[in-house]
Amino acid sequence: MTTTATSEVISLRDITKAFPGVIANDHVSLDIVSGQVHCLLGENGAGKSTLISILAGMQQPDSGTVAFDGKVVDITSPKVAVDYGIGVVHQHSTLVPAFTVLENLMLGESSMLQNTKRAEQRLGELADLLGVEIDPHALASDLGLGQQQQVEIAKAMWKGSRLLVLDEPTSMLTPQAIEHLGESIARVKAQGLAVVLITHKLREAYAMGDCVTILRGGRNVGHIGVEQLAAYSEAEAQDAILAAMFGDDLAAVGDEASDLAGAAEATREVRAIDFDDRPVRLELRDVSSRGLGRDIEADGVTLTVHEGEILGIAGIDGHGQGALSEVVAGQRPVASGTVFFDGEDITKSGVRSRQQLGVRYVTDDRLHEGTVGSMSVALNLVIKRIGQRPFWKSGRIQPKAVDTEADRLIQEYGIRTPSPETRAGTLSGGNIQKILLARELTNGAKLVVVNKPTYGLDLKTVHLVREILIDFAARGGSVLLLSTDLDELIELSHRIEVISRGSLVGGVVNDGVGTAEKVGHYMTGAIEGTD
Amino acid sequence: MNETSTAQRFAQGFVRSVVPVLLALIVSGLIMLAIGSSPLEFFAGVWKYGITGTNWQRSLSLMAPLLIVAIGLIVAFRGQLWNLGYNGQYLLGAVTASGLGPILFDVLPAFLATIVIFVVAVLVGAVWSLIPAILKARYGTNEIITSLVMSFIAVGVVNLLIKGIFKDPAVSTPQTPVIGDDYLLPFIPGTEIHIGFVVAIALAIVAQYVLSRTSFGLRVDIFGASPKAARHVGLNSTWMVILLFALSSGLIALAGSVDILGQFAYQRADWDPRYGDAVMPLVFLARFRPVAAIPFVAFYAVLATGGTLASQQAGLNVDFLLVIVGLILLFMTITEYLGNRRQLGQSYLPAGLRRTVLQPFRKESERTSA
Ligand SMILES: Nc1ncnc2c1ncn2[C@@H]1O[C@H](COP(=O)(O)OP(=O)(O)OP(=O)(O)O)[C@@H](O)[C@H]1O
Ligand SMILES: [Mg+2]
Repeated sequence: MTTTATSEVISLRDITKAFPGVIANDHVSLDIVSGQVHCLLGENGAGKSTLISILAGMQQPDSGTVAFDGKVVDITSPKVAVDYGIGVVHQHSTLVPAFTVLENLMLGESSMLQNTKRAEQRLGELADLLGVEIDPHALASDLGLGQQQQVEIAKAMWKGSRLLVLDEPTSMLTPQAIEHLGESIARVKAQGLAVVLITHKLREAYAMGDCVTILRGGRNVGHIGVEQLAAYSEAEAQDAILAAMFGDDLAAVGDEASDLAGAAEATREVRAIDFDDRPVRLELRDVSSRGLGRDIEADGVTLTVHEGEILGIAGIDGHGQGALSEVVAGQRPVASGTVFFDGEDITKSGVRSRQQLGVRYVTDDRLHEGTVGSMSVALNLVIKRIGQRPFWKSGRIQPKAVDTEADRLIQEYGIRTPSPETRAGTLSGGNIQKILLARELTNGAKLVVVNKPTYGLDLKTVHLVREILIDFAARGGSVLLLSTDLDELIELSHRIEVISRGSLVGGVVNDGVGTAEKVGHYMTGAIEGTD
Repeated sequence: MNETSTAQRFAQGFVRSVVPVLLALIVSGLIMLAIGSSPLEFFAGVWKYGITGTNWQRSLSLMAPLLIVAIGLIVAFRGQLWNLGYNGQYLLGAVTASGLGPILFDVLPAFLATIVIFVVAVLVGAVWSLIPAILKARYGTNEIITSLVMSFIAVGVVNLLIKGIFKDPAVSTPQTPVIGDDYLLPFIPGTEIHIGFVVAIALAIVAQYVLSRTSFGLRVDIFGASPKAARHVGLNSTWMVILLFALSSGLIALAGSVDILGQFAYQRADWDPRYGDAVMPLVFLARFRPVAAIPFVAFYAVLATGGTLASQQAGLNVDFLLVIVGLILLFMTITEYLGNRRQLGQSYLPAGLRRTVLQPFRKESERTSA
């Protein structure tokens, strides 16, 4: 470890934290040095968020210590963490949507008299430091994800002067926003703060990090120091990280590992199909949606998905993907237009009858919409079949049948959970996503709508999810894949349509080189055309 | 959670429910001392007038309306719908019995008239809840405010009825005619506990079963946990809000009619026992489980039955009972907070203190940090 006289070391020693059925952190020790970006990598459930929630004072370790330059401190509450200058940007947004930027930032302010002027000044300083522009009076809900994140960072650094922790900050961002974030992180680092960056993307770890620590099963299984990382080429660094991350499992991931790591250029991985032989499974004719919220509605969407086809929908996040998925799933009313499924008009039918026809929906809001966190994994696996046999008989739940089905799906999809009775909300992101896929793809699924299926998932799980979708299509299932990840769309889709402001603005058949350019062309065209 | 923690969880639930009650009793004792009354005398009085002799039968009779109100609250609260219009709903049910009773018992066999009264009471309660329910379902209006407002209106309407068409012309005070003993709910043989008590216990068991074992109960829980998830699994949330509100309000109105036909036999204007105010903390203590509410309601029924006389003897105002209920609520919040801290692995002791205390017991290696 390089420690110069001026730089401070935050050292975690033998941090251990157990939850019922899992040891989330198992004697983890690591040093975080000011003026450096320390990347934390590891599979879903490796214990990354738990470790930083201990740093943030949200959880107390069962044993182990945190010390600043050798002096042991007790971070007993989030407030204490803030007082020590530790700021955390959590995996899931913590902004209050109905509040303005400034109000959100001043939430943590303890003095009775909130000094708006000083707050504005502080925001100005932070904006300068981060190299961004933030309107203090904009409503948080009106900001794009990238901007929201800038506010979150400003909030974390509001009183912070020691350590900035970013938990998977890039998983929902566009490439441009990620670039901005990188610049901001570099500036924070130059100020002499220590930065901890959690990510699943090796490319980012290499580009932004000064050193890397890898967690697996709650243990620190590998560290690449500053000199070593600087000496490595990108490929070498990746190999070292992958080896530590997956250990013996690496073989199972195989060649795909480097592919997933984002090193190679994306190519289509599904078998080509001949559209003419394939009956149309889903057809939308000039469909517009009508919701209650403020998000963008689907506007005059016409599309078809064939049997065995994966139709990709590309677009910047928040351009009506949610509305389109919900219209197909039956969760959002159709204002005009018609929806056909296997030739039958289903415009008027609701979620449950569509579900029985074989229309399924894997939502992007896994935590609050896709699962009920306070209920067991087993119940979550049958939650879309409430009242149906064999799980319910004349309205009565049949625990045996539910358990059998849960065991089967947990086995088949490799859901890692201490038991079927564990509350779903305590599982890691990847395993929650597996619950959704298992539930939606079972029992006669014909068409599945998947919205951003792999964000926040580790490499292996990303791979698994994509395999599951490819497999489903190969067996004749149809997939409507909405994603902001162009590489993912190119790998999986037979055709790609581009969505912008709720309308489809162009389509590309994914049959060789140049798809990315063509899709990119439609996306920029749409943006320039409307902005 | 796995099997090993089931017993633990049960113990935890027990602690979290019973500790606040004990603390509230202790602190209320201290308050009594402070204001110069004797807590011993008071609690002895509660015991004497609430349990000894045949007094326990009066306590159980009081349990009937309390428990039915509790079940009504639980049904709404499980779905995260805060029906606070219980006082008005209760009085509407009561006035259905006290107003229709004297008319119906003249023309119908008692059994049939009783059934008709119960059904009408439930319907009146359900209909009264439609306005807050529809406002909530369609426009997201806060149901706490609308149900409270509807409750105020109901209290007014009930008084108008008692002073108007339901008034007993034979007496000068505004009250309904007294229903003859022959028409009231029968007693459980050998006791003076009316069968409303049995009805209440049966309702608690049925509600417990429906809420925890059936598809309907699961739907309510999903709806309560996350409206977004409810929409995702295809629940009709408009219907759900209306149904839960109607059930809740209907049950509370039923409690009112059971109370009149079982206990009071007539109703005076401006009479309002406000059972819901006392029951509400109890349903939180029971964690919205109907069967678990039974012991808490029993506890309160004894306290209320015995406490009325006991507080007079100890020189206290009857309102002191509500102080005890308030203290239960307060300590419940505190135990809950500490319980959550524990669940997060946070200690009751500040970490610094804990480490210093534990230091001598640690292994050498753990003691040094750097
Ligand atoms: N509050 C909790 N109660 C029970 N188990 C928990 C709790 N929080 C985390 N866990 C468990 O601890 C383990 C580590 O979780 P953690 O969230 O730290 O993983 P992670 O590395 O951040 O994963 P991801 O990449 O999916 O965010 C997981 O098995 C998870 O199920
Ligand atoms: Mg995490």
